[in-house]
Amino acid sequence: MSEAMRKIEISLTINGRTQTLAVEPRLSLSDMLRDELRLNGTHIGCEHGVCGACSILLDGVPIRSCLMLAVQADGHQITTVEGMCNEDQTPGILQEAFQDAHGMQCGYCTPGMLISAQALLTANNDPSLEEIKDAIGGNLCRCTGYTQIIESIQLAASRMREAG
Amino acid sequence: MKAAKFEYILAESIEQVVQVLDQGDGEAIVIAGGQTLMPMLSMRLARPETVIDINKIAELSGIEVTADEVIIKACTRQAEALASPEIQTRLPLLAKAISYVGHQQTRNRGTVGGSLSHADPASEIPLAALAMDAHVSLRSAAGARRVAMADYFLGPMMTARADNEVLLAVHFPLPQGDVRVGTAFHEVSERRGDFAVVAAAAHIQLDKDGICSNAALAIGGADSVPLRMTALEDRLRGDAITPERIQAVLADVANALTPGNDQHASAAYRRRVATVLAERALTEAAAEAQE
Repeated sequence: MSEAMRKIEISLTINGRTQTLAVEPRLSLSDMLRDELRLNGTHIGCEHGVCGACSILLDGVPIRSCLMLAVQADGHQITTVEGMCNEDQTPGILQEAFQDAHGMQCGYCTPGMLISAQALLTANNDPSLEEIKDAIGGNLCRCTGYTQIIESIQLAASRMREAG
Repeated sequence: MKAAKFEYILAESIEQVVQVLDQGDGEAIVIAGGQTLMPMLSMRLARPETVIDINKIAELSGIEVTADEVIIKACTRQAEALASPEIQTRLPLLAKAISYVGHQQTRNRGTVGGSLSHADPASEIPLAALAMDAHVSLRSAAGARRVAMADYFLGPMMTARADNEVLLAVHFPLPQGDVRVGTAFHEVSERRGDFAVVAAAAHIQLDKDGICSNAALAIGGADSVPLRMTALEDRLRGDAITPERIQAVLADVANALTPGNDQHASAAYRRRVATVLAERALTEAAAEAQE
């Protein structure tokens, strides 16, 4: 068993910063982000790929960080919700829109919602209602009924279009 | 909800994978996209001693088209297959099926081979592969072999793949000759992206006179494995496919299935939904072939 506890060194870029750390093989990427790197913005809901709270961007595309081993992230680029702020650490357009349109209640699902919405709006800043619903289809929210989350994404999209 | 300890090997070649599997004595397991294995590890339903990662093996990823088949390598992401123009034009039934698989977050990691290896009786890619008479290529230290989908599914999450074999690719035969093909995929699930309560995949071939030369109807989620409705298919062949013809053969669906009762649906409901989805899928596939 001592062999199995061997830590493996990985190097990856998280929110623009390259980091090297040693991880146990069984450690999930979500646990690495929260427990090893203290990036607690990524929330863990179900830990088996159902709720979407732990969504992050891996090389620009949304994935569930609880369904990937930390060792598998070696050499990849990761964006967490912390990486969505402006450079001066103020909220980005999407985050501000969630604030203005009340796109959250308890806030547990919010990081995952933001990640899914960011991926959508990066590819398409004028999404239809169906496209928005599809993009956040893998993110469960138990408070809002989704209406205000959808309105927040629509507000962010309109502000992004205005900003050009 | 934390995985038990295991040894991790980042494999560099297929040879290395089959060697580790061979020495693993059933305690070594392959990880590709991890979208089904990671939950199994977290819930400790799987407690392997060794996890072999095949993500860096270039020859296990990608889509190849030959004159008579489309080959999807095991580690090809579901998102890549869904976005592939080759898949959309040559394997429309597979593209339709993958659009129901999970969500963008899981399709971005999840692989075509992983879905076939996990073989959940309600999952979409195995169902489409069964309807299209696909086969998988498997490899062990002893050599390679091919297994047709008809012989591949043994039970829920149980396949003909042995513990010491790795799935290399799935091969989809392309229709040959002067035929018109129509396909359809329908499913009922609690929410979009959830596992299907019941799913139906239809693949219809018509000859130049509009006569059905080949019909495939596969039903998933309504038995321990995805099933082909062979009696119904036999009755559809050799005639034009009309609404009356479909109605005449539809009773075969409920007869062919032994669904389970669970928290999602009763056996009676599954039988009924299977019949309704079969009718929709056959009607839509026939209409598409007639276009």
